[in-house]
Amino acid sequence: MEKSKNRILTTLEKPGKLLSIYFTAGFPNLEDTVPVLEALQKAGVDMVEIGLPFSDPLADGPTIQRSSTRALRNGMTTERLFEQLAHVRKMIHIPLVLMGYFNPVLQYGVEAFCRKCQEVGIDGLILPDLPLEIYERDYKHLMEPYGLSMAFLISPQTSEDRVRRIDQASTSFIYMVSSASTTGVQDGFGQGQEGYFRRIESMGLEHPQIVGFGISDSKSFQTATERAKGAIIGSAFVRMLDSEGIGGIEAFIRNIRP
Amino acid sequence: MSKYHVDEYGFYGEFGGAFIPEMLYPNVEELRQHYLDIMYTDEFRTEFRQLLRDYVGRPTPLYLAERLSEKYKSKIYLKREDLCHTGAHKVNNTIGQILMAKRLGKKRIIAETGAGQHGVATATVCALMGLPCVVYMGEVDIARQAPNVARMKLLGAEVRPATSGSRTLKDATNEAIRDWINNPEDTHYIIGSVVGPHPYPDMVARFQAVISEEIQDQLLEKEGRKDPDYLVACVGGGSNAAGTYYHYLDRESVSIIAAEAAGKGIETGESAATSALGRTGIIHASKTLLMQTADGQITEPYSISAGLDYPGVGPMHAHLFKTKRADFIPVTDHQAMEAGRELAELEGIIPAIESSHAFAVLAMGHIPEGSLVVINLSGRGDKDLQTYIDYYSLA
Repeated sequence: MEKSKNRILTTLEKPGKLLSIYFTAGFPNLEDTVPVLEALQKAGVDMVEIGLPFSDPLADGPTIQRSSTRALRNGMTTERLFEQLAHVRKMIHIPLVLMGYFNPVLQYGVEAFCRKCQEVGIDGLILPDLPLEIYERDYKHLMEPYGLSMAFLISPQTSEDRVRRIDQASTSFIYMVSSASTTGVQDGFGQGQEGYFRRIESMGLEHPQIVGFGISDSKSFQTATERAKGAIIGSAFVRMLDSEGIGGIEAFIRNIRP
Repeated sequence: MSKYHVDEYGFYGEFGGAFIPEMLYPNVEELRQHYLDIMYTDEFRTEFRQLLRDYVGRPTPLYLAERLSEKYKSKIYLKREDLCHTGAHKVNNTIGQILMAKRLGKKRIIAETGAGQHGVATATVCALMGLPCVVYMGEVDIARQAPNVARMKLLGAEVRPATSGSRTLKDATNEAIRDWINNPEDTHYIIGSVVGPHPYPDMVARFQAVISEEIQDQLLEKEGRKDPDYLVACVGGGSNAAGTYYHYLDRESVSIIAAEAAGKGIETGESAATSALGRTGIIHASKTLLMQTADGQITEPYSISAGLDYPGVGPMHAHLFKTKRADFIPVTDHQAMEAGRELAELEGIIPAIESSHAFAVLAMGHIPEGSLVVINLSGRGDKDLQTYIDYYSLA
């Protein structure tokens, strides 16, 4: 299954800046997951993070909380998501990353979850509440055989030592949280972020960084990617999807990256 | 090392740990690295002890409940945490944590609250220390716990409604954690129970351990022995229970009973009996037993007692359950209300409905006659008067 792992790596190796979009699976409607993916690919997005909804998303602000609650009410479950994604690789060739909280993964069975991800063609996982130490001690041996890339987060408060540890443990990219915040709390960047972006860039890390949190438009996308490989837009996209639906995707992406 | 206390990784057996997003790592790590060093300096201990004595009113009495003893044909002592300032054991922890926050140089305090008891205890110590205080409380709880909301405001705290999810305790906890993520430098989060990421369960248990320390001394004085046959406490998140059991965990001749809120009954779907209904999972950054759907979504518990209305349980208690060190007894709303009324009539003490769950164990026949029993009376019933009035049509 080296092939599935390489989709993220291949994309990261391409020149230019990478635009990644986060959306919550099963939102706004249960069966929107795959149509959203198709529209995103068509609009030229480089990578997608599919959010597995959770009842208690600690790291998320109101927008993603609400989309998660709606998705769960729509009937979204882990099993259902895998069903929806069963044939996704017939249409979608861009890298797909599953992003979710650890408890639903634990209930599905960590190994079974990873096996299923590999089966449907998921390339990587972002599990924000599975910290590096616990991953390495208790779960790495179960997860590694399935060839999924694990992306870990860093924040402006992460010490240099720890950033280096996370760089070492990463297998594709580092998820660089732009500020001390939950998702969707702030728009745009200030002085503090500039310094942080520069500090991380100057560390000369082995793995490319993709910036997330606080990117909502073409200006913040540009600022974020001046010193990083790419950026992820989540809450702003989910808000757009809520108001305009799938039909709004193409224009939204064109506005970010003409 | 004790098999019932936390290990070097922050786990109790398979439970515990710190399943935190990276944004919380610096805060939690700072606390983890320093909490033990700070807690056990002479200077900290002196200030903590002094405040517990002069401000909280410790030691709380260990009272021999003679009429209750006579009825159940055992010797039953009550640990009177209900006599603490603010009306419950919660303040032992908030005093400890506010002193911790000061030593860590924090300038702002946040907390979560369900029924409002921990919120009041936090607002109280913030007033005492002159620190700004924000308490997150579910919108639903704000509506049904108006007196405690007023108390917090009177004490100078800001009460912020948690409007997400089910708008109760678990959501208030989520909001407090989110606040902490957004304020990583100057804020300390005072968690109210033995829940949350390591080192919270251990730190809160150590602050509450003053309860079992006093029980040992008082029982020795009154009975010539440190160990009762039975120790009984109610468990929601489990902070009063952790404090009651703490010094007895390794003394295996002492039987430990944990009374859980069964609500309307374990099979009714309206229950908070986590050990009976929960499966291993992660809630509020801790691996523990919790009530959830097959898909891993956390479900909303029910109990007549707002303080036991939590879908998880502290990881230490999950471990005590798993290792069978403690017996977990589900107690229904009705059994608890009857036990509360009985205590009022026999001893002239109106217990908090949380504590009533512990007393209900007596009538359920789990304790053999002739036993020496200590029950933690964790809080007083003033806050529950309306519930008693409604339940028994007392108005």
